[in-house]
Amino acid sequence: MSDKKPLSSVNDFVVRFANVNGSGSASANEMFARAILRHGVPVSPRNIFPSNIQGLPTWYEVRVTEDGHLGARGGVDMMVAMNPQTWDKDVAGIEPGGYLFYDSTKPMPSTKFRDDITVIGVPLTAITNSTYTDPRQRQLFKNIIYLGALSALLDMDPKVIEQLIGEQYKGKEKLLSSNVHALHLGRDWALQNLKCPIGLRVKKSDKVGDRIFIEGNSAAALGAVYGGATVCAWYPITPSSSVAEAFTAHCKKYRHDPETGKAKYAIVQGEDELASIGIVIGASWNGARAFTATSGPGISLMTEFIGLSYFAEIPAVIMNIQRAGPSTGMPTRTQQCDIIACAYASHGDTKHVLLFPEDPAEAFEFAAAAFDLAERLQTTIFLMLDLDIGMNHRLCRPLKWDDARQYDRGKVMTTEMLEEGRDFGRYLDVDGDGIPYRTYPGTHPTKGSYFTRGTSRDRYARYSEEGSVYADNMQRLVRKFETAQDLVPRPLQANAERPTKYGVIYFGSTSPAMDEAIGLLEARGHQLDRLRIRAFPFHSSVASFLAEHDFVYVVEQNRDSQLRQLIVNENGIDPVRLVPIVHYDGTPITARFIAKAIGDHQDHLKVTPLRKAVS
Amino acid sequence: MTYIAKPKFHHPGLKKNALGYTHRDYEGKISTLCAGCGHDSITASIIEACYGLSIEPHRVAKISGIGCSSKTPDYFLGNSHGFNSVHGRMPSVLTGANLANRDLIYLGVSGDGDSASIGFGQFAHSIRRGVNMTYIVENNGVYGLTKGQFSATADRGSKSKKGVTNTDNAIDLVAIALQLGATFVARSFSGDKTQLVPLIAAAIRHKGASFIDVISPCIAFNNHAGSTKSFDYVREHNDAVNRLDVLVGRDPIAVDYAPGTVQVVEQHDGSKIALRKIDADYDPHDRLGAQTFLARHAAKGQIVTGLLYVDPEADDLHEHLNTVETPLNALEADTLCPGSAVLDKINASLR
Repeated sequence: MSDKKPLSSVNDFVVRFANVNGSGSASANEMFARAILRHGVPVSPRNIFPSNIQGLPTWYEVRVTEDGHLGARGGVDMMVAMNPQTWDKDVAGIEPGGYLFYDSTKPMPSTKFRDDITVIGVPLTAITNSTYTDPRQRQLFKNIIYLGALSALLDMDPKVIEQLIGEQYKGKEKLLSSNVHALHLGRDWALQNLKCPIGLRVKKSDKVGDRIFIEGNSAAALGAVYGGATVCAWYPITPSSSVAEAFTAHCKKYRHDPETGKAKYAIVQGEDELASIGIVIGASWNGARAFTATSGPGISLMTEFIGLSYFAEIPAVIMNIQRAGPSTGMPTRTQQCDIIACAYASHGDTKHVLLFPEDPAEAFEFAAAAFDLAERLQTTIFLMLDLDIGMNHRLCRPLKWDDARQYDRGKVMTTEMLEEGRDFGRYLDVDGDGIPYRTYPGTHPTKGSYFTRGTSRDRYARYSEEGSVYADNMQRLVRKFETAQDLVPRPLQANAERPTKYGVIYFGSTSPAMDEAIGLLEARGHQLDRLRIRAFPFHSSVASFLAEHDFVYVVEQNRDSQLRQLIVNENGIDPVRLVPIVHYDGTPITARFIAKAIGDHQDHLKVTPLRKAVS
Repeated sequence: MTYIAKPKFHHPGLKKNALGYTHRDYEGKISTLCAGCGHDSITASIIEACYGLSIEPHRVAKISGIGCSSKTPDYFLGNSHGFNSVHGRMPSVLTGANLANRDLIYLGVSGDGDSASIGFGQFAHSIRRGVNMTYIVENNGVYGLTKGQFSATADRGSKSKKGVTNTDNAIDLVAIALQLGATFVARSFSGDKTQLVPLIAAAIRHKGASFIDVISPCIAFNNHAGSTKSFDYVREHNDAVNRLDVLVGRDPIAVDYAPGTVQVVEQHDGSKIALRKIDADYDPHDRLGAQTFLARHAAKGQIVTGLLYVDPEADDLHEHLNTVETPLNALEADTLCPGSAVLDKINASLR
């Protein structure tokens, strides 16, 4: 009945599950993604969910990608349509030649289908109702039954899924066996009643290697554990809450004194974001490594304290898991829209250090590094994740730690140093790098104490409103920020195969889509050098990159091209040479989008594609 | 908030406490507050209490918010670290500092503008968490730095210096502290050093959230007829339920008892509060009774002072969180970092 040839692909397709929030489908859908991973095939899954608890539509998308493209691709090859509310939109979103999987218990009018797709009906409700009497069981096992049916349709090895179920319900034999039973109910029905497998198939491969599958928020929390954070103060906010929750879980496992059972950490759920950052600043002032995790609205609330941290020079680490703003915006959608807000947070002249990890592995590394940087620079460090990294599982290289690594506690004058007669002035630039020495409270009976304040003061921390004293201090803060350029992670550059006058700058979660887009652009004949920015302040290599190219595209996920603004502002470059490529509808940026936007612009510039000679 | 330091010379015969410190070792910089300000009397009482307790000055962290009262930590304990944070947010900074190093003594100094308005939430939450601190509010019922506006603790019906009548109800921080579970609650008057000094000393020795509301008349903007926070009004309406003395080891700080019964309360750390009851029926171990007593007297326009409630068995936030005895700021990588072998296992579990 289809007027389009069904799609046929092995290990390279997109399946999207349309569910109702609260239906318990998340576990089954994630198991589907993990099962493909266990076949040795890379996957890139994404949650697309509303900002409510129950009832509204939710989607889970799994990109199966033999080539390891971890960015969102765009388009859906197979829709598992389990939500009547979104049926029309879901059916419309299927690629021509794609597949529609649905619950066929109740007949649907033919107008509800398309002629150019393959429709696969499985009477899920009828199967569950004939097997289970408990309403909740009917709901939950329906998800496992469709997982079973999909395993047959996509030619997946059921043993792999059985093993996953075994791991999930280890020690809970009743749940384990009932889930395996439900899996085979769906699988057997499909094998007996449908043409299995379809054109989309999963074939065992070896493309996953030793990579791990982890959410960015969990990896960042683990980075905080390894980085020596002992105080965490937070206030729940999507999409950052799972950072603190993961930190709590990791600490419970790894941070208890084996002899006393006592905790080598303190976690406080503050009454709000203001208290959370206040606790972080108080703890850091007193020599502990402390952090908070929040999102854009939390950053707005914290800005007064962030200004204090900058001016009074107190370490702090803030993990900002960005979501779509402004105001409440779209709480459960991704963006990179807090760049300017964080770079210049608070009133007066301020500049803050931002770190931009591209995936969970870097989230782990940068989170740990953030505590060293905060103490070295005695200022706030922002770890800039976003929902797309933070709340989605990502395939990434294994996390690594050097056991010889010691924490960099920065310039702290000790009792011994004070006893030696070292001149302690809290804001003296002893080493010319703009970074002064500090002392922890309680260090010495008569030396090294000082008063921390947000008001202007001289080099010995004595209150002063003298203009020259104020300016001296502000200039030193600029020197300190310049010092930071060489302490933060440097940009990574990758050049095109052939010399080119065109470059592209990108950062953070855009990375996998950018990697894939470069291939698409090359296929279109366009060569671009790439620079992935990993931190602000910008390293001098950013200015060099800009100087070496006529036009540089800046790809980011916000409306106003905020990174581009920051580059223009900090490098004094002609804005015309920086071309904004922005994507800000709340969904993750795709390779298709980047390649089209840059390709079209190149065409507009009348850039002659450099095509390889055809042999 | 000045850097006019006090001259360091002093009389060689000054009396020394058990640690060999003189009274001068507990002083700070010269106050820039108005001459006669009640806050300076509180400063003097803090100095007196710390001297009497033989505290090592540098083992105190003094943290404040913004305002006249919050300037005062500069005027005592000059060898202590101080932190003048942002308006109303002293409690969170103090909480963080306390979490980092449980071994120091934490003095939180705030004002009625700081704690009862913008900082009302932080005040409440630090109290309910049981942070081990002495939280002193220097309460004058007025905004002095901005020249005379009512604060949230100004009584309804009281008059400003410009003759405006306050139509808003007052927030009674003592009543709130009692309701929120503070384990040491007191009120005093800056002009009554005999009562205030031992109250501060007892609060410092108390393990848990100690709160002292000190009525501290603003000499410039709230010391006129019609004010309920003036020196005259407070003296006339002060209804003390008790006076006390703190005994650490064997030495009492001062002996100035009013007649009445004596009750000795032993605290967590072994220190003892000798409570000389003026109101023989008042029981400072009865939280509900204290709340009722307070409300009944407030309705009559009386300002109840003294130790209003104490729980000698109180615990603190560190106990709630079950943290190690070693201060968290002293832990290093060898004890905090799980190491690469554990990370390898974590990696393996994520495949």
